[in-house]
Amino acid sequence: MPVTNVHKDPENLTMTVTAELEAPVTRVWQLWEDPRQLERWWGPPTYPATMVDHDFTPGGKVHYYMTGPEGDTPRGWWRIISIDAPHRLEFEDGFADENWDPVDDMPTMTVRIDLSEQGDDSTKVTIETVFQSTEAMEQILAMGAEEGMIAAMNQIDEILGAGATAS
Amino acid sequence: MVVDTVDEQTNDRLFHALADATRRDIIRRAMRGEHSISDLARSYPMSFAAVQKHVAVLEDAGLISKDPRGREKLVRSNIDTIRTANRLLEEMEALWRDRIDRFEAILEEPEGDI
Repeated sequence: MPVTNVHKDPENLTMTVTAELEAPVTRVWQLWEDPRQLERWWGPPTYPATMVDHDFTPGGKVHYYMTGPEGDTPRGWWRIISIDAPHRLEFEDGFADENWDPVDDMPTMTVRIDLSEQGDDSTKVTIETVFQSTEAMEQILAMGAEEGMIAAMNQIDEILGAGATAS
Repeated sequence: MVVDTVDEQTNDRLFHALADATRRDIIRRAMRGEHSISDLARSYPMSFAAVQKHVAVLEDAGLISKDPRGREKLVRSNIDTIRTANRLLEEMEALWRDRIDRFEAILEEPEGDI
């Protein structure tokens, strides 16, 4: 398994995942920098992404749409906050309207990528995602992610019994 | 192996806090509405100081918060908020694990074949 660590911090709404990939840093960087490669992994197989604009400079925008099984094409944007090729990338990701403008009242997320050499042919990738608020996270979930529950919270529900049912 | 000592410490505090009937009862009450500590103390056959101590353990585990309200502090449950945040961070984890699987698949292809 390439994933070596996952840390979730509910108080700061941050999820950090670390992975080791068997490829040099410059090769891993292409997964982000080359729009044709980016669109092969950004969306799940059921919602493949198509990159329309891809300006990888500070302040630059990436515009994309995803194609759903029903032919729906939700749009998204990135705003590049900072970039230091081939090691670091920080961007904001949000939902876009027909003119590629950010949709009002829709949450955004900040994503920070860090690539570092681990020997000649291996790269450590650290990806940190930060949500703006729990309300924002709920909105993102409602946009189509599937259900899931952390084991500890299920145990708490069991321990507390019926009293723990959300009102 | 994924070993996360920070999460382990959090779990230790969490399950220690839950390993007491009075504390579990305090959380259940707090989930239904805000209560002052003196209000809670009247419900249990123990001193105000003892109830205050239970509340402190729950607060330390992040299960409840205390909001100042006038001269009193009101005890409020964090469980729904934590549950929501945790669930959504789980979704994020699953999303990125899938993406990292796709990274691997792309990287395994021979160069120039992309």
